[in-house]
Amino acid sequence: MKWFLFFLTGIAGGVLGGMGMGGGTLLIPALTTFFGLPQKSAQAINLAAFIPMSAIASLIHFNKGRVERDGLGFIIVPAALASAATSFLANASGGDVLKKLFGAFLVLLAVFQAFGGKKGGTEKPRRLEKDVPLLGEK
Amino acid sequence: MKYSIRQRIIYYIFAGAVTGVCNGLFGGGGGMILVPALAFFLGAETKKAHATAIAVILPVSVVSAAIYYSSGNFPSAEGLPVSFGVAVGGIIGAFALGKIKAKGISLLFSALMFVAGVKMFL
Repeated sequence: MKWFLFFLTGIAGGVLGGMGMGGGTLLIPALTTFFGLPQKSAQAINLAAFIPMSAIASLIHFNKGRVERDGLGFIIVPAALASAATSFLANASGGDVLKKLFGAFLVLLAVFQAFGGKKGGTEKPRRLEKDVPLLGEK
Repeated sequence: MKYSIRQRIIYYIFAGAVTGVCNGLFGGGGGMILVPALAFFLGAETKKAHATAIAVILPVSVVSAAIYYSSGNFPSAEGLPVSFGVAVGGIIGAFALGKIKAKGISLLFSALMFVAGVKMFL
């Protein structure tokens, strides 16, 4: 029965992700607070859960020509290298430190999400109105 | 494009590195940095920013997930149902997107994130 609760939690995270609101940022604290999973395990689950959904989304976006291919490698390569380094760091670090850091990161993202969109005026692109993503990002 | 190739490359590398640091360290959240970064840089094409961000974060997440997995931190019993749920929820969310007021939800979501973040920090 417990798998069903995990499944439901995944759905909740996925719905938010699909709407482009970064579902993973709530999936991780949900897994640690409601289910008592260690921070590292919750992070690992979030990373893995993102892969199938984004693989399908990427394929669709790519075929529709929505992916800016020009210079893409200049983003992917440093991102992958930085991510590999900090993944090792996260796995080697203590879970408590990681949880605190994650908490601070969440607060920053929350403030950014609540107030960041407003200051751009009409010129700046806004998320979530007409220009919706097919499947969201984490 | 109003930026020179050189400026563009530097901007891309910087945005990619910051996204990667968050993706690896926090196991997510890279998109919340890369989407606005790309939207700002690519101008008005929000849809393109979203699509490009996912295309970047997918391979990056594969790298991170492999490292977490090989460190023995992926619990399959919990991870598999959650992953399946996220895939189902992602489809629902994508379809629901046009039908509900996104702004109110976004603010509610920010408030939830804030509370969760403070709780985790303390």
